[in-house]
Amino acid sequence: MQEPSARTAGTRDVSTLEATPAATARDMPGWLRRPLAFLVILTVLVAAWEGYKAIGAATGDKIPLTGIRLPVRSDDRSMPHVGDIVGALFEPVQRGQTETLFGYLVRAGLFTWREAAVGFLMGSLIGFALGVVFVHSPLVERGLMPYVVASQTVPLLAIAPMVVVWGGQLGWEAWIRVTLISAYLTFFPVTINTLRGLRSPNPTSVELMRSYAASRWQVMWKLRMPAALPYIFTALKVSATASVIGAVVGELPSGIADGLGRSLLTFSYYYISGPEKLYASILFSAALGIAFVAIVSYAERIILPPGRRLAE
Amino acid sequence: MADSRPGNSRPNASRPIVAIRGVTKVFNERGDHRVKALDDIHLDVYPGEFVSLLGPSGCGKSTLLRLVGDLTPPTSGTVEVNGKSAQQARLDRDYGMVFQHATLYDWRTIGRNVQLPLEVMNYSKEQREARAGDMLRLVQLEEFSRHYPWQLSGGMQQRVAIARALAFEPSILLMDEPFGALDEITRERMQMELLRIWGQTRTTVLFVTHSIPEAVFLSGRVAVMSARPGRIAGVIDIDLPRPRVFETREDPRFFEKITEVREVLRREET
Repeated sequence: MQEPSARTAGTRDVSTLEATPAATARDMPGWLRRPLAFLVILTVLVAAWEGYKAIGAATGDKIPLTGIRLPVRSDDRSMPHVGDIVGALFEPVQRGQTETLFGYLVRAGLFTWREAAVGFLMGSLIGFALGVVFVHSPLVERGLMPYVVASQTVPLLAIAPMVVVWGGQLGWEAWIRVTLISAYLTFFPVTINTLRGLRSPNPTSVELMRSYAASRWQVMWKLRMPAALPYIFTALKVSATASVIGAVVGELPSGIADGLGRSLLTFSYYYISGPEKLYASILFSAALGIAFVAIVSYAERIILPPGRRLAE
Repeated sequence: MADSRPGNSRPNASRPIVAIRGVTKVFNERGDHRVKALDDIHLDVYPGEFVSLLGPSGCGKSTLLRLVGDLTPPTSGTVEVNGKSAQQARLDRDYGMVFQHATLYDWRTIGRNVQLPLEVMNYSKEQREARAGDMLRLVQLEEFSRHYPWQLSGGMQQRVAIARALAFEPSILLMDEPFGALDEITRERMQMELLRIWGQTRTTVLFVTHSIPEAVFLSGRVAVMSARPGRIAGVIDIDLPRPRVFETREDPRFFEKITEVREVLRREET
């Protein structure tokens, strides 16, 4: 067991039981603190972006008081105004069309989100199952682990066309093939962390179960699984973002026209004529990843008691 | 009742609850670093007794306890518990174990930690809750039932571990330096607490420690062990009256017993 002192970092949630006289930020209700911090940082980032542009415009892309050039040019093509990026969301996606860029991205985002979500679920389940099998059989682990590791070193760009071609020959719908690619990117962190988590109980905890003459099954469900949960949730957060990347990248060779992958590709082709659109889609896919991680974090908050979360 | 038992609580007539016969334990038997941890150990423990295994680190006292609890097998010799093999006794859930660290599961509340063995042993929900409540009352922590382990001090955690070990009414309590990680003040308080609990439950206790005063204060008998290889150098009866109280520690006879134990340890060194 860990020393109580090592746990003080985790006791934050308990300290709220007592009224702590402290700065105003502490008096704020917890649900408000997070969004507020997010907004403050967002404002700082926007200000930095626009500030950079303003300095560049004033000095002719030089660092003030020196002759050194700024690393990135500050003109509106290289760095469109934040206002223009947001504004582009509410303009028609193409001249002569009624659909706004926002509406288009929501549609594409939901499409990609479905691929990512199914891929994430599939990948997590496969990853978890592999971890459970490995912890029970070191022989299987030693035999299979090199291939599992190798699978992750092969670039996704090489794997994706194969999955697309093979899936097509098997008659799978395009979005299912993308889901597979997404799952492929998702399972690895879950396997590694499941394995690590299931092995995390110290020998004494296991001996305690042995002294109760507990079955293998009971040791699994009453000790190893609950001990592994914080590790698994950490992996799920990594996987949540990876599943979105897998879905976006997987769409490209699959010829899928309805997802974020295609829109990112299209807008990068037409960057010169409308850089705002590419920036808007990038922000959108980032938001997709954030939303995904937020969902996993929320599940973690519900499932794990306070003081057991590895990372907030 | 504690005071119904004399200091040396060995009833002559009854059969031993633990019978250790010629036990030897060798680690790395086939390897290069062959270590003889225990050599030809004989020890009987009688029902209701409080026996301590005392010795320096490396004398094999923990190993001996683990042999009794069937957490590790002997190389030769036999351990009989309640007339059965140690393994059968473990499968029959005759043991309650308390380790140096409380080893509470930190995702369970205190109440649910005490219920853990009862869950493994398929007690009904009502039985579990009733037993856990009784046990937490016994260690005087009933108001902490809904707390999590890390919200409790080290001494309180160890009391929970004792409650958990006693929850299924095992016939023997095996304690492996249970107070070794506590400060001296908490430690003495815990010793009183343990004697009170022992008095109420009448469990047999086999207690491993490297503290001479602790062994003398708690035990009816102290098995003094020496190292390399681990042997029992002598078994000393501690005939101090029970119940042992605060003043026991100031009793001249208490110091006599401590000296007696020390002499055995010193004789072994030379």
